[in-house]
Amino acid sequence: MKMREINAKQITDAVSDLCMKANFDIPDDVIQVIKKAYQDEPSPQGKDVLKQIIDNDEIAHNEQVPMCQDTGLAVFFVELGQDAHITGGLLNDAINDGVRKGYKDGYLRKSTCNPFTRKNVGDNTPSIIHVEVVPGDKVKIIMAAKGGGSENMSRVMMMKPSDGLEGIKKYIIDRVRESGSNPCPPIIVGVGIGGTFERSALIAKKSLLRPLGTPNPDPELDKLEKELLTSINKLGIGPMGLGGRTTALAVHVIVEPCHIASLPLAVNIQCHSARHKEITI
Amino acid sequence: MTDILKIKTPLTDEVVSKLKSGDSVLITGVMYTGRDAAHKRMIDALNKGEKLPFDIQGQIIYYVGPSPAKPGKPIGSAGPTTSYRMDAYAPTLIKLGLKGMIGKGWRAKDVIDACIKYKAIYFGATGGAGALIARAIKKADIIAYDDLGPEAVRRIEVVDFPAIVINDAFGNDLYVKGVEQYKQTV
Repeated sequence: MKMREINAKQITDAVSDLCMKANFDIPDDVIQVIKKAYQDEPSPQGKDVLKQIIDNDEIAHNEQVPMCQDTGLAVFFVELGQDAHITGGLLNDAINDGVRKGYKDGYLRKSTCNPFTRKNVGDNTPSIIHVEVVPGDKVKIIMAAKGGGSENMSRVMMMKPSDGLEGIKKYIIDRVRESGSNPCPPIIVGVGIGGTFERSALIAKKSLLRPLGTPNPDPELDKLEKELLTSINKLGIGPMGLGGRTTALAVHVIVEPCHIASLPLAVNIQCHSARHKEITI
Repeated sequence: MTDILKIKTPLTDEVVSKLKSGDSVLITGVMYTGRDAAHKRMIDALNKGEKLPFDIQGQIIYYVGPSPAKPGKPIGSAGPTTSYRMDAYAPTLIKLGLKGMIGKGWRAKDVIDACIKYKAIYFGATGGAGALIARAIKKADIIAYDDLGPEAVRRIEVVDFPAIVINDAFGNDLYVKGVEQYKQTV
């Protein structure tokens, strides 16, 4: 089997472009759901917030400026075809070079810092890179700009098996209630159930990449997502926490098998500025 | 929708006393930016007996770390950051004369109590509306802690900056009131 060669420089250029586009252009599926919420929201102040968000995302697109000043840590999900061969450099270096270039050229905020001294690294690296090897000879790169406000409201909880589904539902709803206005509602709630401690967090984050308005492929989980969304939107938090019915735009759930002793649960909260872009090379 | 009140900085006790939780306001005048690292430095300076980088009397601090300005623009995108991270520092600054804070998200009881005791306001701005809010910022100059980059303290001049009163000087909290109004039994 002949390997298909992909030059690292090509990846760097693509990543640079993804970083900028993700921060300038709200995904169409996200803005459509926000526009629908604007029609349905009964709270005048909530409606006003949604209007500001719609106007803001339009300005960002038209002027090619970041829709939010928190242009995030750059998170990558890479699907690397096992018949693809990266030449001229390492994959991770190529991605981080693209982040440096994109965050500089796009006037994006650099937000990585030393955890103790809080000194800014200055170029928004290192980025967070998750690589999965898949069949084929292509490489698919998904870039998500993950802001700090909503990430701070996210949690991993090692539940007890006896907590069961009811315990899981309660934990998720309580997490959204306690987060209140902090994560910039309306939010998208990414839920990972199962796996290990770190795996639950990863699948929770991955669930956020599913386009809004598309059903969960598993009918039981689809029902669970809808039930959770209804419950969350009864909390009354509303847009930016000012009171209202649009607290979440969607709940996405991914479930994987776990250890017989464990019930890992991760809730990854995503703000309304749900920024991600992808490319296949 | 309530009428939109136009207010000017610096804030006086008289203006602060008129503002009620839930009021929409448009703010014009000078404000200062500061978030996590700048607050830590300001409090460290006070603890060492040093002065703050600006006269805080009647001022508003906007919790923001803007993105870099494109050529020809005064500032990049500039929406609010989450305020609870400044809760450890805010009461000290309020006691010294700070009259307003702009951010997003709930505040600790200490901050709300300080707003009542010293007559100060916590305003909310729309998180994730950084491109829209930047249009209200006409000028921005770094006046302290340049090395902090996005976290440096900036003196900004704003015209009709859109905000909403979350915590007024009477103990009212829009986050509590708003949720009460719209919550249904789960």
